[in-house]
Amino acid sequence: MITADIATALPEVVLAGFAIAGLMYGAFGGQDRVAGRLLWATAGLFVALAVWLGLIDSGRQIAFGGMYIDDAFARFAKITILLSAAAVLVMGQPYLQRRDLMRFEYPVLITLSVIGMMMMVSAGDLMALYMGLELQSLALYVIAALRRDSAKSTEAGLKYFVLGALSSGILLYGASLTYGFAGTTLFSGILAGVTEGPMPLGLLFGLVFLIAGLAFKVSAVPFHMWTPDVYEGSPTPVTAFFATAPKVAAMALLARLVHDAFGHAAGDWGQVIGLLAVASMFVGAIAAIGQRDIKRLMAYSSIAHMGFALLGLAAGTEAGVQAMLIYMAIYVTMNIGTFAFILSMERDGRPVSDIAALNGLAKIDPMRALALLVLMFSLAGVPPMVGFFGKFYVLQAAVDAGLTWLALAGVVASVIGAFYYLRIVYFLYFGEEGAGLDATMPAVQWGFLMASAVAMLVGVVNLFGIETLAAVAAQTLVH
Amino acid sequence: MGTADFAFYAFAIIVVTAGLMMTVARNPVHSVLWLILTFLSAAGLFVLLGAEFVAMLLMIVYVGAVAVLFLFVVMMLDIDFAQLKAEMAKYMPLALLIGVVILMQLALAFGVWTTAPGALDARAAITPDMAQVENTRALGLLIYDQYIYLFQAAGLILLVAMVGAIALTLRHRSGVKRQNVLDQMYRDPAKAMELMDVKPGRGL
Repeated sequence: MITADIATALPEVVLAGFAIAGLMYGAFGGQDRVAGRLLWATAGLFVALAVWLGLIDSGRQIAFGGMYIDDAFARFAKITILLSAAAVLVMGQPYLQRRDLMRFEYPVLITLSVIGMMMMVSAGDLMALYMGLELQSLALYVIAALRRDSAKSTEAGLKYFVLGALSSGILLYGASLTYGFAGTTLFSGILAGVTEGPMPLGLLFGLVFLIAGLAFKVSAVPFHMWTPDVYEGSPTPVTAFFATAPKVAAMALLARLVHDAFGHAAGDWGQVIGLLAVASMFVGAIAAIGQRDIKRLMAYSSIAHMGFALLGLAAGTEAGVQAMLIYMAIYVTMNIGTFAFILSMERDGRPVSDIAALNGLAKIDPMRALALLVLMFSLAGVPPMVGFFGKFYVLQAAVDAGLTWLALAGVVASVIGAFYYLRIVYFLYFGEEGAGLDATMPAVQWGFLMASAVAMLVGVVNLFGIETLAAVAAQTLVH
Repeated sequence: MGTADFAFYAFAIIVVTAGLMMTVARNPVHSVLWLILTFLSAAGLFVLLGAEFVAMLLMIVYVGAVAVLFLFVVMMLDIDFAQLKAEMAKYMPLALLIGVVILMQLALAFGVWTTAPGALDARAAITPDMAQVENTRALGLLIYDQYIYLFQAAGLILLVAMVGAIALTLRHRSGVKRQNVLDQMYRDPAKAMELMDVKPGRGL
C-alpha cells in the first residue's frame, strides 16, 4: 500500500530527494562556488518533471488515505508551477551572480518551496493543505531576506514572516472550526457533511476564515498590505518568483478547497470570493497609478490580476475554473517576460527600479522597448494580445454564471488599470531623454523577454492549446 | 462535583489566568514564567483527558526545553519592552473594539453550534480503540502509519527552518585567523623560533 502511495506522489518524492542531495552537494562540494551548477541542475529537473507530468495521463488517483490527490487539475497547476519556477531560476542567475547573492541555499530553498506548492495543489485534506502552505511560505520568507546587508530586504523578510504567521493562524482557526463541524479533515468527508440548503453558522465561519487565510497568500484585497513592501524589498529574482509560481499554487489550492470540500455551497463562498475579486481589481488598478518604483507597480499589478483570476473562481462553474487556469497560465507567462526586463534594468551596472529610467529606451534599444510594449499591452488586456483573451474568458464565465455586475466592475477596473501600463509605454517611446538604461542585457534574460513577448502575439492563434488542457483540468475538479 | 471535575476547573482557571498574566506582565522574564505555568496546567488538562503521553511531551519539550531556552533569549535581549508596550497602548482601544466584535460574532456561531450527522463517528473512526492499545502506541500508529505523508512533510518544514536559519545568520568572514590544532602540533621549533645570544651592551 505504501509503495503504491509513494508511486503516486513520485514527483514530490523525487524533488525532496533532490533537495536533500543538493544541500549535501552544496555543503560539502564547495559551498557557493557550485551554486550556479546547482541552479541549472534544479531548473533542468523542474523542466524534466514538468514534461513527465505532461506525458503521464493517469486519470484521478488518490494516495495516503485521500490526503494526496493526483488529477488533471493538479497536473495542470504543477506543470505551470514547475515551468515558471525553472524560468525564474534561470533568468535570475546573472543578476544574483553580479550582486554576489549566489548562495547555494537559493536553489535548494526554491526546490523545497516548489515541493510545498505541489503538495498544496494536490492536497485532499486540511492538514495536507496546511503542511504544503507552510513548507512553501517558510522557504519564501527566507529567500525574501536573502540580501542580508540590505535593511529593506531584511524588512521584507520579517514583514512577510509576521503577516504570513498571522494568516496561517487565521487559516488554522478556520480549519479547526471546519473540523469541529465535520469531524474529519478530509475534503471528501467535509463535502459529505455539507448538505444542500443553508449552511450551519459554525461551518460558515470556518469557510470564511479558510478563505481569508488563503486570500492572504494570493494577496487579494483586503489582505494585500504586505505585497508592495515585500516585492520592493526582496532581491529582484526573488520578487519575480513571488509574482509567479506561489500565486498559481495558492489560487489552485483555493479552487480545490472550495470545490472539493465546499462544492455544495457555491452560493456561500461565491459571494465572498466575488467581493475579494472586485476589491482586488479596483485597489490594484487605482493604487498603482501613484507608484514610481516598477517593483511596487508590479505588486499592485499582481493584486489586480489576482482579482481577475478570483472573478473566474467566483463564478463557481466549470467554465469559471477553466477561465481561472487559463488566466493564471497567461499571467505567469507575461510576468516572466516583464521580470526578465526588470532584472536587466541597470544604469552604469547598478540596478534601478524607478520607472523614469525607462525614458527614451526606444531610441537606445528598440527591440527591448518593443518587447516591453507588447507585454504592457498584454498586461493591460488590449486586444489582440493574449492578455486580452485571459480577461475575456474570465468575464465570459462570470456573465454566464449570472454575475453581470461583477463582470462590468471588472471591465471598468481594467480600463482604469490600463493607464499605468500605457504610461510605461509612453515613457519608452515619447519620454524625455535623460539618464537612460544601459543598452546591454544578459542573453538569458533577453531570450525570456523576447520569447514571452512573441508568445503574447503568436498565442492569439490557439493559446498554444492550453484552452483544452484547462478544460480537462476544470472538468476533473468540478463535479 | 467529583475530583475530576474539580481538577478540570482548577487547571482551566489557572491556564486562562496565567495566559492573561503572561500578556500583561511588565517584566518579560515574568511573562516567560507565567508561560511555563500555562504549559504545566495545560499538561494537567491533557492528563485529565487520558492523553498522558502528550502531557509528558508538553512538560519535557515545551517546559523543559522551549520555555527555558526562551527564558535565556529574553534575558539576553536588550529591548525596552515598556517602550514597545507604550507604543501598543495607542492602538489598544481599536484592537479591543475589534476583539470584542469578533468575540461576539464567534459567540453567535458557538451559540447554535451543530455538527454534521456523521461527525462523531468520523472522529472516532480514526482513533484506535483505547481499551486495547496504550496511548503511545496509538499515537505511533497514527503518526507513522496513517499520517506518514504529513509526518514527512513536517520533516521537510523543519529542514527549511534549519537551512534558513543557517543561510541567514552564518557568515564566512575572510581574513579571520582560525586555530588549526594540527598545524600547531606539527610546527617545527627550529623554524618557529631562533635562539640568539645577545651580548651585554650590544643590541641585535
